[in-house]
Amino acid sequence: MLDRPQATTLLLGVGNRILSDEGVGIHVIERLMARYEFPEEVLVLDGGTLGLDLLYYLEGVENLLLVDAVQNGGEPGNLSRLEGDDVPAFMSIKMSPHHIGIPDMLFAAKLKDIYPKNVVLLGVQPERLEVGLELSPAVEAQVETLIEQVIEQLKEWGHHPRRKTS
Amino acid sequence: MRAVEDALGIEIPNNARILRNLIEGIQYVQDHVIHFYHLHALDWVDIVSALDADPQATAKLAQSTSDWPKSSADYFKGVKDKLAAYVNSGQLGPFANAYWGHPAYQLPPEANLMAVAHYLEALDWQRDVIRAHALLGSKNPHLQTYLVGGMASPVDPNSQAAINADTIAFLKSLFQRAREFVEKVYLPDVLAVAPFYLDWAGIGGGLGNFLSYGDFPDADGNPWLPSGYILNKDLSKVYPVDHKEIAEYVTHSWYEYDDESKAKHPWEGETRPKYTGPKPPYKFLDTDKKYTWMKAPRLSDHAMEVGPLARMLVAYASGHERVREVVNYVLDQLGAGPEVLFSTLGRTAARCIETVVTAEKLAEWTDELAESIASGDFKIHENAMWDPANWPKEAQGWGHTEAPRGSLGHWVHIKDGKIYNYQAVVPSTWNCSPRDAKGQRGAYEAALVGTPIADPEQPIEVLRTIHSFDPCMACGVHLVDARTGRELNNVHLEAANGFTSPLFRFRVRTNGSC
Repeated sequence: MLDRPQATTLLLGVGNRILSDEGVGIHVIERLMARYEFPEEVLVLDGGTLGLDLLYYLEGVENLLLVDAVQNGGEPGNLSRLEGDDVPAFMSIKMSPHHIGIPDMLFAAKLKDIYPKNVVLLGVQPERLEVGLELSPAVEAQVETLIEQVIEQLKEWGHHPRRKTS
Repeated sequence: MRAVEDALGIEIPNNARILRNLIEGIQYVQDHVIHFYHLHALDWVDIVSALDADPQATAKLAQSTSDWPKSSADYFKGVKDKLAAYVNSGQLGPFANAYWGHPAYQLPPEANLMAVAHYLEALDWQRDVIRAHALLGSKNPHLQTYLVGGMASPVDPNSQAAINADTIAFLKSLFQRAREFVEKVYLPDVLAVAPFYLDWAGIGGGLGNFLSYGDFPDADGNPWLPSGYILNKDLSKVYPVDHKEIAEYVTHSWYEYDDESKAKHPWEGETRPKYTGPKPPYKFLDTDKKYTWMKAPRLSDHAMEVGPLARMLVAYASGHERVREVVNYVLDQLGAGPEVLFSTLGRTAARCIETVVTAEKLAEWTDELAESIASGDFKIHENAMWDPANWPKEAQGWGHTEAPRGSLGHWVHIKDGKIYNYQAVVPSTWNCSPRDAKGQRGAYEAALVGTPIADPEQPIEVLRTIHSFDPCMACGVHLVDARTGRELNNVHLEAANGFTSPLFRFRVRTNGSC
C-alpha cells in the first residue's frame, strides 16, 4: 500500500458486503477482478465501508469511477449515472464515525485539491438492505450491465482491460 | 482472545503485552482525534461561517493558542479560498444534510476557520500516525495480528522481516508526530472552543455512574488506566469491579428469556431474537414495551456509562497522578471545578485529556519493547495450549479491554473442545442500553433528559450529546441518495413521550468492539 505504482485511474467499488444490495459495488469489483486483467495505470479497489481512509488513493488520480448502491428513486435495479459535480461531495452531520462515507471523502478531496478531473458514479437502486450476502434478483440482474458500463467507461478513458483466459 | 486466554489459563509473553499496549494506545490517539475533527466538530463548528473569517485575525487566534507552525495569515487565507470555491460551486447547499447557520452555533468566524484548517490537517496526520499499526504487523481498521496466547508479529533486531531496530526508530518518530499534533492542535482547539459552549458543561450529564475495566497492563499485570466504578457522581469512592456482578436484561429488548424480570450473567447469557416492534418504516416506538436490539447490561443492578469520561473519572478518583494533572490543567484553563466533567462538554474534554496522556505513554512503551528485545527475549506468543488435547473438558473465561469508546467484555464457555456459549457486551451496549426490568434508563437516555432543543427539525443539541459518547451504529451503511444528494442516516426526531426512537434503531454491529 505504501509503495504502489502511480495509477491515473481509480476504479472504486464501495459498500457493505453483508447487507445484501448495499454491497453491490463490491460484487461488481470482485467479478471484474476475477474476469479481467487491468493495465498498471488502473487501480481496482474494493473500498468496503471505508470513507476518508480512501482519500489517499485519490492522490495523482485523474479519473475516478465509483460503483455503489444509489437511491435514485426508481424501481429496484434501476441504473443511474452521475458525473462531475453531480456526484455528491459534502460534509454532513451523521450519527457515528462509521457513517463517514464517500461524499465526505470527495468533499475533503476538493478542499485538498486532489479532486480528480473526471468523476463518474455508476449506481443501482437497491431493493434489500437486510443482513445477507446475496444480491436481490432485481439488482443481481443488473450486475452484468454494470460490468459492461465499467469496461466502456475505462475504454473511454483510454484503458483496455483484457479478459483473462481461463 | 483474552476470554479464551482466561479460560485456558494462558499468560501471554512480555513482548505481546507491550505490543498490545502500543497498538491500542495509538488506536486511542488516532480514534479520538478522528472522532473530534471528523464527527463531533460539526456539532460545534459552522463551516459556512468560516467564510466570514479574517485570515489575519485567525492567524492571531491560532498563534495565541499554541506554537503550531501552520498558523500564518497566508495559510488560513488559502484554506478560506478553497472553502469559498467549494461553497460557491453550490454543493454545500448551504444546508446539505447539516445545520449550517443554526442558532446553536456560537463560535466566531475565525475559530470556525481555524477548525476547518485543522480538520484538513487531521486527515493527513491520522493517515501517517496509524502506519504504526502496519509496522506492528497489523492493519487498520480491523486489526489482524492478535492470536490466542500473544501476537503474530515477530520481533528480532537482526531480521528485516520482523519488528527490528529500524521499526522501533520509525515508531518513535510517528509517535512524536502524534504527540505534537495532540498537544499543539487538538488540546488547544478543545480549550479554544469550550469557552463558547460552557452552557454544555451543565447539559447531558446523565447517569452519573461510570465504569472502567482498566487496561494497558504493566509487567506486573497492573493496568495503567485503573479499573473501578463510581456511583452518583461521587468521586470520593471508587468501587472494585467484579465481572460476576454484570448481567443483562432483555425486558425492553427484542430478545426473549424464560423469565424477563431477571438479568443473566454473560456466561449464562442467551441471544434469542424476537422482533415485536412495528413494521418499518415507523415513526414511533413504544418505550413501555420492547423497543431496541440492544440488551440492558447492569453492574450490581446499576446502569453504567463507559468511555473516555468514565476512564478519566475512575483514574482521577483513584489518584492517578498524570490524569489528575491534565484534568486539573484543563479545568483551570476553563475556570471550572470537577463537577463540569459530568456533562456533554465534560465527555468531549475527557476524550481529549485521555488522548494527551496516552500520546505521552507511547514513547515509553516503545522503549520498553526495545529493551525487552535487546535483552534477547524474542518470544511473542505462548503456544502450549494451541493443541486442544491440552484443554480441560470444560472451561469458562472472561476477557476485557477498554476499547476507545469504552468497556468491552467477552465471555466464553468452552466444552469438549468447542465453544459452548459466547457473549460480548460492547461499549455501545452499555451506553445505549434501554431500560431494565426496574425501568432504570441507560446512559444515552439519561443524558438526553432535559436537553433544550431550539428547533425540532434540526435537533443538533441531541446530536451533541449522543456524539459526545462516540456511538457505534449501523457500522458502515452509507448509501448515496441521488435525489437529495444526501446520505441516508435517519437522523430525525419525532415528537414523542420523552424522546424518540429512530435514534435507537441500530441495525447491525459488524465487529466486536463497537
